[in-house]
Amino acid sequence: MVNKKKYIAMLLAGGQGSRLGSLTRNIAKPAVPFGGKYRIIDFTLSNCVNSGIDTVGVLTQYKPLELNEYIGNGQPWGLDRNRGGVHILQPFTKINSKSWYEGTANAIFQNIRFIERYEPEGVVVLSGDHIYKMDYRKLLRFHEENNADCTIAVIDVPLHEASRFGIMNTGADGRIYKFEEKPKEPKSTKASMGVYVFRWEVLKKYLTEDDKQEKSAHDFGKNVIPAMLSDQKRLYAWDFTGYWKDVGTTESLWEANMDLLNPACELDLDDNELRIYARNFDSPPTFIGETAQLENCMITKGGEIYGHVVSSIISSGCVIEENAIVENSVLLPGVTIKSGAVIRYAIIGQNAVIESGAVVGLSDVEGQRPEITVIGDKKKITKKPA
Amino acid sequence: MNMMGIIFSNIYDERLGEITARRTLASLPFGGRYRLIDFVLSGMVNAGMTNVGVITKQNYQSLMDHLGCGAEWDLDRKVDGLFILPPFGQGQKSVYRGKLEALWGTRRFLERSNEEYVLLADTNIICSIDYREMIRRHIESGAEISMITKREEITGLGDSCDVVVRSDSAGRVKDVLMHYSVPGIENAAIGMYIMKRTFLIELLKESHSYNLVDFERDIIQSKCAYLHITELPFDGRILRIDSLGKYFSANMALLDASVRNEIFSRHGLVYTKIRDEVPTHYGSGCRLKNSLIADGCRIFGEVENSILFRGVTVAKGAKIKNCIIMQDTKIDENVELDYTICDKDVTITRDRVLMGVPAHQIVITKGKVV
Repeated sequence: MVNKKKYIAMLLAGGQGSRLGSLTRNIAKPAVPFGGKYRIIDFTLSNCVNSGIDTVGVLTQYKPLELNEYIGNGQPWGLDRNRGGVHILQPFTKINSKSWYEGTANAIFQNIRFIERYEPEGVVVLSGDHIYKMDYRKLLRFHEENNADCTIAVIDVPLHEASRFGIMNTGADGRIYKFEEKPKEPKSTKASMGVYVFRWEVLKKYLTEDDKQEKSAHDFGKNVIPAMLSDQKRLYAWDFTGYWKDVGTTESLWEANMDLLNPACELDLDDNELRIYARNFDSPPTFIGETAQLENCMITKGGEIYGHVVSSIISSGCVIEENAIVENSVLLPGVTIKSGAVIRYAIIGQNAVIESGAVVGLSDVEGQRPEITVIGDKKKITKKPA
Repeated sequence: MNMMGIIFSNIYDERLGEITARRTLASLPFGGRYRLIDFVLSGMVNAGMTNVGVITKQNYQSLMDHLGCGAEWDLDRKVDGLFILPPFGQGQKSVYRGKLEALWGTRRFLERSNEEYVLLADTNIICSIDYREMIRRHIESGAEISMITKREEITGLGDSCDVVVRSDSAGRVKDVLMHYSVPGIENAAIGMYIMKRTFLIELLKESHSYNLVDFERDIIQSKCAYLHITELPFDGRILRIDSLGKYFSANMALLDASVRNEIFSRHGLVYTKIRDEVPTHYGSGCRLKNSLIADGCRIFGEVENSILFRGVTVAKGAKIKNCIIMQDTKIDENVELDYTICDKDVTITRDRVLMGVPAHQIVITKGKVV
């Protein structure tokens, strides 16, 4: 069959991302802007393309308008294919059936027909809310070499943080014998990255069985993986080294942005081998005025900078007026900082306006960075009366 | 939009010297992330024109690479879209000599199109024109050919105007002067002409039988007494690029906010090829003043009154003033540049000092290591 693909990817992008607060009030988490000109989902989509996976189903559910529009026909990622390409998979109604995606496994289960059209040997299941660059071909090779039913990418985390993750206990050959979701006393430091590859025939069987379990949460980590383990299926952990960050909270989103400014950070956007693609909007180059002072920052096109910018990420189309100060902050697209305003340790939402003299964010306290302040999209912040 | 477009990509190539030796004028980098053709092409698209032919002559590989299938301009279409029109050779004659011959080679394209009007345009004029307004004015005038003009000054200091028109109070062209150099303020043509498509086809047939070559000389000038030609004065800003000096000053004009607003957003945006660059990184210790910086640069030195294209690196201690640095050029440590134009992929090795002067910029050609 013409449409046959060895591997296809299913990208889970339906999460609300409630811990990102006002940043996800109107858009899904994967559509949140990142790093000046990207959206969070660009990383996973680009990884797929750079790994030779040209068929990607994107499962959306929460506030999908902007995300769907952003993905469009997939052209920015080269996913506008005649055979394969990117497909938005939204929940739909069926005869005698609930329609919303209930859990990660259920979301895939409801799209069995989509997957079967490509007769894949394996399905790569991904999350749309992680920042990392990975050549999935290495994972797939490991998966094939082990003749595995499921391979899970894992990253070594510090032991004291391990209880925040799904932890794999493995033998020396990488075979997983136990999986623990957020264990109180972790016995391993191999944390699941939310990147799975399954042998399709095996996954299909387990998804179908899981669907019949009324009590199941229909979740990969809670239900499907444990069920496969208890049946002695061949589950392997593949060790990934490199940068990986879950940007599920405002603190971690801010940290990941700041990592781009750290020359020691392993995440290098500027290498040509695994390039990150994004939908581009046409705006002229950045203008840096006479009065601007810049120090260790990233600024993308369309900006007009006259103020003082230190250790910050400035997205497209931002205006920073004279005598304004932006420090340790992330400005999402279209933000205006009027003269004399001060921004510290903040994420400023799209098209927000910080009026003259207004102060946003907190200062360091004895060298400790304060909590990150978030200003929602289109908000207008005025100077507090004295 | 009932008008198609024809763009001449090679006009004036020879006047810009080294920077157009290996590319068309149309694909000359401009303004940090654009090529000259982007401005007229985007103007056409913003006016709702969806059928555009680009006439090429030689060295058009870079132009083909830039335009691709026209996706960035939304011209990758089933019906109409972007058409590259390479020279159409027959027998001994392979490359055309002037616009009339070039158009004669594309007559099949003109005949197959359906639009009632056609806009001919060069790429050496940077401006933001609303072509919808121009076609309305053309129809109102009742003319057979309309030419867009702009009041320009001839200083008498060695400059001249290619095509100057004299018209009556109704705008009807009475006289046309070519290569005119007498000082004064004149109405100069900006290489944009509107006429009916069928009229152009008839004109081409007639010109071919008389072996006419040059559209401006053999039609606009020679026939202005017989044809009804009107001028459509344009009151916006134009940046004319017909010499290296003008190329330099046109780039520098973009450092003025009012020029940027007019050129980049007066009648819609300017579209260009996407390069998937990362945002520009401004390192610790960098100092920038009054400069236009594209994405993908890494800047650790000093940059003043300059235009940096995509992917330029400026190392620590380097000082760049009054320069145009094209894409992917590398400026090493402690280099000093003033009034210098670096083409693509140039490397200036450490401690080099290159000083041009305002009236004469140094040009480093593509790929050179200094």
